[in-house]
Amino acid sequence: MKMTFKKTVIGAAAILAAAFGGISIASAAGGGDSHYEMKHVHWHFDGPRGTYDRAAMQRGYQVYREVCSSCHQLEHVAFRHLGDKGGPFYNEHYKNPNDNPLVKALAADWTVEDIDIDTGDVIDRKAIPADMFPPVYANASAAAASNNGKAPPDLSVMVSARTGGADYVYNVLTSYDKNDNMMNMMMNSQVAMANPLSEGLVEYEDGTEATVEQMAKDVTEFLAWTSDPKMEARKSLGLATMLYLLVLSILMWFAYKSVWRNVKH
Amino acid sequence: MSGHPSTYEPKYAASKWLDKRLPIIRMGADFMTYPSPRNLNYWWTFGGILSLCLVAQIITGIILAMHYVPHVDMAFDSVQRIKRDVPFGWLIQPMHAVGASMFFLAVYTHMFRGLYYGSYKAPREMVWIFGCVIYLLMMATGFLGYTLPWGQMSFWGATVITGFFGAIPIVGESLQQWLLGGFAVDNPTLNRFFALHYLLPFVIAAVVGLHVWAMHHAGQNNPIGVEPKSKEDTLSFHPYYTVKDGFAVVVFLLIFAFFVFYQPDALGHADNYIKADPMATPPHIVPEWYFLPFYAILRAVPDKLMGILLMVGAIAVLFILPWLDTSKVRSMRFRPVTRLWFILFVIACFILGWHGALSPDQPVMGVKSVWWSRAATLYYFAFFLVILPVMGLIEKPKELPESITKSVLGEAS
Repeated sequence: MKMTFKKTVIGAAAILAAAFGGISIASAAGGGDSHYEMKHVHWHFDGPRGTYDRAAMQRGYQVYREVCSSCHQLEHVAFRHLGDKGGPFYNEHYKNPNDNPLVKALAADWTVEDIDIDTGDVIDRKAIPADMFPPVYANASAAAASNNGKAPPDLSVMVSARTGGADYVYNVLTSYDKNDNMMNMMMNSQVAMANPLSEGLVEYEDGTEATVEQMAKDVTEFLAWTSDPKMEARKSLGLATMLYLLVLSILMWFAYKSVWRNVKH
Repeated sequence: MSGHPSTYEPKYAASKWLDKRLPIIRMGADFMTYPSPRNLNYWWTFGGILSLCLVAQIITGIILAMHYVPHVDMAFDSVQRIKRDVPFGWLIQPMHAVGASMFFLAVYTHMFRGLYYGSYKAPREMVWIFGCVIYLLMMATGFLGYTLPWGQMSFWGATVITGFFGAIPIVGESLQQWLLGGFAVDNPTLNRFFALHYLLPFVIAAVVGLHVWAMHHAGQNNPIGVEPKSKEDTLSFHPYYTVKDGFAVVVFLLIFAFFVFYQPDALGHADNYIKADPMATPPHIVPEWYFLPFYAILRAVPDKLMGILLMVGAIAVLFILPWLDTSKVRSMRFRPVTRLWFILFVIACFILGWHGALSPDQPVMGVKSVWWSRAATLYYFAFFLVILPVMGLIEKPKELPESITKSVLGEAS
């Protein structure tokens, strides 16, 4: 009797799994009736021990800076985050990323609005690591007005905000129609963002060839980090926690067997 | 509180003094030596697991509340700030969000266990009813909490759910406005949702106290549903069940940790990473997974008010369950036919959960999703209102073991 109940539960779990399978099929089919097939990239951060590819993130920052940032903000990211542990420009000699000269230099490349404390005037100044990435437009209406009626979304959590995650972002960037730069094949529709990438658009400092696929992959790696900047810390603590719990569960099992050794139940 | 003769003997002058004035140590000691049936299986470990869930949610929640800002312009950003800049916020936030899912996973297991083993039958009706009250409070708390991050699903979920009240005839519209604090979900709504989300877990804790009190007064049910008759039939709660619960808790924590560390977003919806926008309705508004069965019931009928009544009825029927089931036999182990109906009931619940996530028009195996929901809804109610009352009258149960000890020794030989 006991066994059959267990079987029931296993059966129920199978149904649940089938249900989740059904949902993922549904969402995959939800894109429309195009025959576009999602390209699945093997990401460096996949899997329980995956980490961000530092070189790819740094190239990705360059793509963001030179291409995406003309329209898209990174609302939740500060320059100092770039030098945090697990970030693209982390340097172990500078535990405080505000002191990291590279981060300081990257921030200084941006202009932010501030108030002159002596006069109260609105002024522009060079950014420092403590500043957040500045907004691109004065307000949402201005953003929409300059971009075919649709305000460019914030990119800092974009990878988390789309079903499909990093693959989704990569596929958006690499699936524009060759003859129509407003037509996105993955979304199967005309979109407000014209094809942003073209062969050799940026010149990588490390000599990597700037193909559309390479730039898309690099900027997605960077945006995966901006979406989930603590992933590496989380995964490494996760491994320790899981191992600890596993050992503890074995000990608890033996404690249980030992306490119950003389009791039939 | 525990309803069994106390064996506590204060040893020290101070504990003797205290025992005469406030026997609080005695209460704890009696709790630990409570005689529990010796045949409890792993399905009985979920009470302990659920207590842990409640404590974990309250602790992580209080820490989050220190950093969260309940304002429509800042709520979403403050959650991002917690995950990025607050020390260990990246750990506490997913613990709380995943914790809600784990809490519901455990409570559903606990409820199915109660259903299967007839734990709601006399003399445990109050245990069951307090359990239903806890479940209702959990649903309210879960819903309120999901609103707080102020993502797209937070906002539109809150809009849909509070819209239910607008469907009530005559007073509906004014009631809805009163609840929202305005004409639509906005800052006053978020403020009061935050206040209530902070309050309700403590109400839950109080009702858990009543739930456990009633359970200790009536005694625990057990897998064969035969009351303990002799001292041989029971074991002291400690160390026998503390160690068994302890093992189960650690296994449960392994699953919990897997989600927190490796799949923190798997149980949520990607749209909730988009800041709430009252001007942009998402194409599919879906609630959290643990509400999906009720969402499917809601959408099973075309009329809004009828759908809401059905959904409310699906929970209300649980409260009167002890009087719907006419069988004197508690455990389904001895009810071979009803047992099959029960298995179908579990399947119906999973079907409802599955189809709650689909668009009603989507075909599944050639049949529109809404018809799957309708069939499962019909079965859900039929199980409680027809099958359980009738089966108790017509089914001939198997012979019950004489006692727990007899059944244990019999199975072992």
